[in-house]
Amino acid sequence: MADVKKIATRESYGNALAECGADFPNLVVLDADLAGATKTGVFQKAFPDRHVDCGIAECNMTGIAAGLATCGKIPFISSFAMFAAGRNFEQVRNSIGYPHLNVKIGATHAGITVGEDGATHQCNEDVALMRTVPGMTVVVPADDVEAKAAVRAAIEFEGPVYLRFGRAAVPVINDRPDYKFELGKGVLLREGKDVTIIASGITVASALEAAEKLEADGISAEVINIHTIKPLDEELVVASAKKTGKVVTAEEHSVIGGLGSAVCDCLCEKCPTPVLKIGMQDVFGESGSAGALVEKYGLDGKGIYESVKNFVK
Amino acid sequence: MNKLELQKTANEVRKGIVTAVHGAKAGHPGGSLSAADIFTYLYFEEMNVDPKDPKKADRDRFVLSKGHTAPGLYSTLANRGYFPVEDLPTLRHLGSYLQGHPCMQETPGVDMSSGSLGQGISAAVGMALAAKMDNRDYRVYTLLGDGEIQEGQVWEASMFAGHRKLDNLVVIVDNNGLQIDGKIDDVCSPYPIDKKFEAFNFHVINIDGNDFDQIDAAFKEARATKGMPTAIICKTVKGKGVSFMENSAGWHGKAPNDEEYAVAMADLTKIGEELGGAN
Repeated sequence: MADVKKIATRESYGNALAECGADFPNLVVLDADLAGATKTGVFQKAFPDRHVDCGIAECNMTGIAAGLATCGKIPFISSFAMFAAGRNFEQVRNSIGYPHLNVKIGATHAGITVGEDGATHQCNEDVALMRTVPGMTVVVPADDVEAKAAVRAAIEFEGPVYLRFGRAAVPVINDRPDYKFELGKGVLLREGKDVTIIASGITVASALEAAEKLEADGISAEVINIHTIKPLDEELVVASAKKTGKVVTAEEHSVIGGLGSAVCDCLCEKCPTPVLKIGMQDVFGESGSAGALVEKYGLDGKGIYESVKNFVK
Repeated sequence: MNKLELQKTANEVRKGIVTAVHGAKAGHPGGSLSAADIFTYLYFEEMNVDPKDPKKADRDRFVLSKGHTAPGLYSTLANRGYFPVEDLPTLRHLGSYLQGHPCMQETPGVDMSSGSLGQGISAAVGMALAAKMDNRDYRVYTLLGDGEIQEGQVWEASMFAGHRKLDNLVVIVDNNGLQIDGKIDDVCSPYPIDKKFEAFNFHVINIDGNDFDQIDAAFKEARATKGMPTAIICKTVKGKGVSFMENSAGWHGKAPNDEEYAVAMADLTKIGEELGGAN
């Protein structure tokens, strides 16, 4: 995939906010001293009066956003996933979730592709935390096209939304004229009959790569992109599980509480099916380049290919 | 309202607090009673609000950051006409719109859900910021406990409010001196409270928070203060008005039984009579 265009979804986040700024005069973007890294600096430049840097105080930023939302603003709070969802969990639950305020959480630098900063900053637990907040929508876009569409959809949606973006550049896989984004609707990217691979975020491109390799081995893999982890597109998940009888989930996140758990929650009730969960196996990450880490933890095309092959044989 | 009317109203608010907590068989009377005069002044004198239109866009906002004193807020709202005073005893009951801590989706007049200490002040700061962004002239008030200011988020919010010169924001600290585990200066002293807010670029006013003359002067001074937020540090008596609850940490979060309730109401009735009966 050497000649495929690559863009980090955090870039898409900043660009989408700037593109939406004129259409949505109530859009306000808040940062906690990371506007350069979360890429909201693009919005700040275009709409300085609607960008608020709160300093390094994520919990206060979250409360400020709640207050702004009660006055009709559509605030986005931006920080690394570690702080936006981790440090902030109780503020998100009580100041945004409980009153069901129209605050969007733009969490960048999620997962191990944070890379060299290491385990303290590699948040593999954010989806699990955010899924548990009643009324919270949780979105993990796969590429630039999807990330931008997700930002716009979140603005148009009334209620709290958690959006997860990455630091590292990832292949653009949705660049086609008929691409449509709908919150809560999964995307069937490739049809197959032997196994279903359900992916989100950076593992969607890896899953597609794995499916091609599996095809060469005579294994027909269906690939589904679940960009909205909550609410989950249960209809699509169940239909595919019924068809293939075997499900693999792949995520740049702990296998506890994330996409894999969401899929299992659904299937164990509606269509009991053997599931293999690929992801961080209840471990912390470590320093290294994003590419090296993705390879080590088996989240690249090769890793997913090998895991699926072992699972279906 | 004149001073006597405010005193009489606050006494009715106190009766409502005791009645609500007695009805709930749980709740927080001590810090509700200490702040009853502040609640009364805010809703009957200071704030631009309309009980018939609780969400009107240009209203002044109030965030009860010390959310456990919901009985104080509820009794004030009920006496102001947001909902029937007769509903106060449903506090904390299953199905009641009077939740244990304030819920903006359930209760008319509640501007922000709160109760997890340290978070309400941030929401109030956000509301004040929204007014500035939109060039609106509504004001925002938030009430904190003196124990609550041990939470770090209070100081994150204060730093931001001072930095942004939010002169439409008034932070009120109910300094009744007691928290669950005892005296605040024994548990983990937040003193000097005034110097701390001054350091965060607030205009600070120290008053007796159970004296309407001082309360009135302080809020007028806050309104006249430009270019910085105001903090009003209110020295109060926890449990104020109920003989056996005054200055007792034990009555922070405990409901009176039937006998104690009768004594409490008799105390407040006597105070009411001394003030010359109903308004």
